Amino acid sequence: MFQVRIHGRGGQGVVTAAEMLSVAAFAEGRYAQAFPSFGSERMGAPVVAFCRIDDKEIRLREPVMEPDAIIIQDPTLLHQIDVFAGLEQDGYILLNTNRSFDALGLSDYLSDRPPERLCTLPATEIGLKHIGRPIPNVSLLAGFAALSGLIRLESVIEAVTKKLSGKMMEGNIAAATEAYNLIKARMEEVKHA
Amino acid sequence: MLKQIEGSLAVAEAVALCRPEVICAYPISPQTHIVEGLGKMVKAGKLAPCEFINVESEFAAMSVAIGASAAGARAYTATASQGLLFMAEAVYNAAGLGLPIVMTIANRAIGAPINIWNDHSDALSQRDSGWIQLFAETNQEALDLHIQAFRLAEELSMPVMVCMDGFILTHAYERVDMPTQQQVDAYLPPFDPRQVLDPKEPVSIGAMVGPEAFMEVRYLEHARQLQALERIPQLAVQFKEIFGRASGGLTQTYCADDAETMIVAMGSVLGTIKDTIDEMRAEGHKIGVLGITSYRPFPLAQVREALIHAKRFVVLEKSLAVGMGGILATDVRMALSGAGLHGYTVVAGLGGRAITKKSLHQLFRHAVKDELEPITFLDLDWNVVNKQLERERQNRHSGPIAENILHDLGVVSAKFG
Amino acid sequence: MSYQPVKFYQTGTFTVGNRLLAPVERSVQQSERRSNSINSGHRACQGCGEALGARYAIDAAMAASNGQLIAANATGCLEVFSTPYPESSWQVPWIHSLFGNTPAVATGIAAAMKVKGRKEVRVVAQGGDGGTADIGFGCLSGMFERNDDVLYICYDNQGYMNTGVQRSSATPPAARTATTMPVGPEPGNVFGQGKNLPEIAMAHGIPYVATATVADLRDLEYKVKRAMNVHGARYLHIFVPCPLGWGSQSNDTIRLARLAKETGLFPVFEARHGEVTGVLKIRRKQAVEEYLKPQRRFAHLFGNDPHTEVIARIQAIADRNIRKYNLLDEEG
Repeated sequence: MFQVRIHGRGGQGVVTAAEMLSVAAFAEGRYAQAFPSFGSERMGAPVVAFCRIDDKEIRLREPVMEPDAIIIQDPTLLHQIDVFAGLEQDGYILLNTNRSFDALGLSDYLSDRPPERLCTLPATEIGLKHIGRPIPNVSLLAGFAALSGLIRLESVIEAVTKKLSGKMMEGNIAAATEAYNLIKARMEEVKHA
Repeated sequence: MLKQIEGSLAVAEAVALCRPEVICAYPISPQTHIVEGLGKMVKAGKLAPCEFINVESEFAAMSVAIGASAAGARAYTATASQGLLFMAEAVYNAAGLGLPIVMTIANRAIGAPINIWNDHSDALSQRDSGWIQLFAETNQEALDLHIQAFRLAEELSMPVMVCMDGFILTHAYERVDMPTQQQVDAYLPPFDPRQVLDPKEPVSIGAMVGPEAFMEVRYLEHARQLQALERIPQLAVQFKEIFGRASGGLTQTYCADDAETMIVAMGSVLGTIKDTIDEMRAEGHKIGVLGITSYRPFPLAQVREALIHAKRFVVLEKSLAVGMGGILATDVRMALSGAGLHGYTVVAGLGGRAITKKSLHQLFRHAVKDELEPITFLDLDWNVVNKQLERERQNRHSGPIAENILHDLGVVSAKFG
Repeated sequence: MSYQPVKFYQTGTFTVGNRLLAPVERSVQQSERRSNSINSGHRACQGCGEALGARYAIDAAMAASNGQLIAANATGCLEVFSTPYPESSWQVPWIHSLFGNTPAVATGIAAAMKVKGRKEVRVVAQGGDGGTADIGFGCLSGMFERNDDVLYICYDNQGYMNTGVQRSSATPPAARTATTMPVGPEPGNVFGQGKNLPEIAMAHGIPYVATATVADLRDLEYKVKRAMNVHGARYLHIFVPCPLGWGSQSNDTIRLARLAKETGLFPVFEARHGEVTGVLKIRRKQAVEEYLKPQRRFAHLFGNDPHTEVIARIQAIADRNIRKYNLLDEEG
């Protein structure tokens, strides 16, 4: 079983991201369970959502406390909550920022983690560019697909197609594609570094 | 058809397949997505003929359902928590009048303190209302139970609650197999009411009944629940014939055959328990599970049969009879009267406290060695409790309890478990 | 008002026998084809205003709907005296659910009829003033606001008579009830409280609101008929004296109802979409004492040491109603 935890703020599509991740996994014939860390709906408040992916039925109903991957949609959360709590030593980290881990002062903290599992992505900028709104969730999902290889870009796009329509769908597909290619290229660099 | 879909929407689609005629809606978390889903279908004309009524309270929601059902329409509503309490008078009334309304309960704690998260306090508060109460373990089961609920309710002319864990199931996206309209139509015949308000044949429904007949009327309600004990397993068998999967029934067991320790529970926590049991089985512990699907009627015989060969049982329940202990545990003990098993009550998960595999491992390991107290409050923070008790001893004017405790806990936004 | 009030001064009273009227103007109740929706043999008190009002109202509604009527009933006197099982007086399909949910139950019935395509079937809901103004108020307002196709009839006897004469929010000032006893410096119910249900109904902007009394049964029938001629939420508020609760003579029920209207204490009017469209004028204005004196619930205002200032305050209420609803005929 692979467990993902997504951190963000109300309005950034955190819950939708977990949902689309589960739909993408489902599209690949796998079992998936997505659920939010439940609370009242407030814009801007810290939000957490979870997704489990497995090849058999998922029965577990506890929150994801020891994730295999963490997606952080809003870097300002780094100062507010322990977003890395419980992350497996070889777990994936994908952070939405236009800066580097270094610039964010995280290099020391992350130094003993495998570099091919860590990545930043300017997902807000990509969202603004393609959909005209600072919504980073789909870009990050596609980025996660590229980073982890757990799901395919086509599956992310299929999930987008199911959830959205019209311009939002087209824009998000473009955003997903750009994010995917960006991280794919970045990971190639890391591999060869 | 397989779908990756939110639990609430899965239930909404299943209810729609049951061709409801009157749906009453009042918003309360975590039930809202269900009626929102249905409201959209009605508004779009995908569910005709059907009236979707936005009422002014849960009390009105159940009352509109009562009127609609008495007039021969298939009526549905959904609620949770405070909403169920607010409609409690009408809940009893619907059962007393023998009206086959189906209602989803997105199980949630009852305040004060106000809390929107999951436990079973709401549904269990209405256990004696005369409604059948079915508890779903998964979203697939929640969906399936709604289809069975309409059939059961209308056959016996009594109302049915389908209980699904709020947020944990209602807001979870997972795989479900959505039946076809043909399958549901084959299973669920049109509503043929036992009693109906119709100018063609005027009847008085809800007349006053004095001491000379009240006990008989009330006994008949009990008798219908006993009939349900027989019909629920039969309907599950018929369901499997048409839909091809086992769903519903009175109880279910897992790894129970040679189990010396049996865990008894209801709802979605059964999944986490089963995962824990698998790991303990791998270590050689003879431990199994009994899941209660039908809480009312309570299957005394089946529960006894499932537990009688074990050495001990642990009832893990998301409810608390304040001043007494367990609610489910009391019923389970009743089923085992005179059997001489060790019985333990575990109150867990109140107000959405996560029930983790880690805690269950610890708990069950104590249980198999008979090292449990008669009643355990799983993961209760004794420091916080004792601090408040001490504060109350020291200071007459100790103030609001919840505020004190939150103050002691400090910032909790860092927690997401 | 669209109909011409029929005046029969020759009788010297305000009553008139149907035989003096043209057949088309005769009441529903005079016809041997009336539906007898509430059969004889029920257990109401002698002189019960509510029993009389309900019989006329429901028969009129039956006539207006060609017998295609379903009734919902709140808990209260009407429900209790008409139904001890199995001796139901109801000849119409009838349901009693609870005290406070009758408008919602009626909404459910109306929704079911709509779904079933039975447009001809009409729905009435009925309750006392407690079931309407107090415990059922939320459901009533919801039904109004949604403009559900229900005629709601309130039989107002100004208190909780079924439970032993306690105060409701329709109990008038100074009246003695079991919970507003005539003791202390302000005996009886206090001034400045209570609510005006017909006006609250009008504030919802519903298509039809009317008041009536059991003193003018032709007017009552007329208003039921008017209400049944429109769809959507409608409200009829009927003033029904209660000999038990008011401490009045059983044979004074009609007289007290008439005095309530003639003093101006109970304005009789109808309104469409929130606007008053007609009033029944006061025929011969009476002082409020005439209305108050025959009722033991006001006995503490009279006697050796009459509370003239309290009576004056009640008179002021009547006078305000007369001004507000223009109840006095210029010519009369």
